[in-house]
Amino acid sequence: MAILRWTLTVSVAVALGVTACAPQKSTTTSLKNEKERKQAPDFALKDSHGKTVKLSDFKGKVVLLDFWATWCGPCQIEIPWFAEFERKYKDRGFEVVGVSMDDDGWKVINPFVKDKKINYRILLGDDQTGSLYGGVDALPMTLVIDRDGRIASVHVGLASKGDFADAIEKLLEAPATHAGKRTHRSDES
Amino acid sequence: MLASALIAQMSPSLTVAPIATIKAAKGTEATVTFKASLPPGFHTNTNKPTEAYLIPLTLKWTGGPLETGSIVYPKGTMEKYSFSETALSVVSGEFSISTKFKVPAGAPTGAAAESGTLRYQACNDKACFPPKTLSVSFTVTVE
Repeated sequence: MAILRWTLTVSVAVALGVTACAPQKSTTTSLKNEKERKQAPDFALKDSHGKTVKLSDFKGKVVLLDFWATWCGPCQIEIPWFAEFERKYKDRGFEVVGVSMDDDGWKVINPFVKDKKINYRILLGDDQTGSLYGGVDALPMTLVIDRDGRIASVHVGLASKGDFADAIEKLLEAPATHAGKRTHRSDES
Repeated sequence: MLASALIAQMSPSLTVAPIATIKAAKGTEATVTFKASLPPGFHTNTNKPTEAYLIPLTLKWTGGPLETGSIVYPKGTMEKYSFSETALSVVSGEFSISTKFKVPAGAPTGAAAESGTLRYQACNDKACFPPKTLSVSFTVTVE
């Protein structure tokens, strides 16, 4: 049963272009060309106010989707970078979405968010959402998603700030191709 | 081939060596030590991590005839990783954990299982993996 679960996990991971983190190194995909990009699986998760947020709510924007946890040291290095990106690029159609994989939920996430002054949307992840993205076994796992909702790059493990910034800049410069109509978040009406 | 290679690189599992059966008389103390190990390249936090957000290595004995006394965890080493500004107190490779038990005077005579859990959370230099809880047990013959 366990082997089947892992096989399924790996199959999904390979399909998404995600690979697990090998000891002592991280895995990063460079910015895929548009034809190679696959649609990011949609999900619906709750924020700390109990509001349901879908990934598809952000279509039309470039999204940095970060799977993280409070107990994850490498995640803590990246979080200030993402807060900086949120400030720097938000007005150009960019959003950071953090999906916490903490089993203990908001009681550990909320103080952490306050302590780290996280300025972007945090959602509480679950195994089902993790499975959509290949199991999300190694953290951090960060995806950069283009304006059409397609996965443009995947980073498993601690990555480089410059790689993220380069990917975001390039994707912000490129217009949406077919999904072009910007979809506003439901709380922005 | 690709799948098996990837599986080999996924979440590391801490392994615990089988714990030998012990014999202990009622009203006495007995110490049980077991060995555990992590694959190369991975570490877990010690029982006293240097950062509040880190999950400690924790052994809990939950069932059996013995009373749990003190637990001696591996001291670990201070290691610096690319994701931390300061050195962290971690354990890697093979290590031992000892528990001192009391055998109650009223413990039932004969063989019984003493069982517990070992919780850990592993990382390598670039990524961390979800906390896991392992079952641990041994047989004690109370005389």
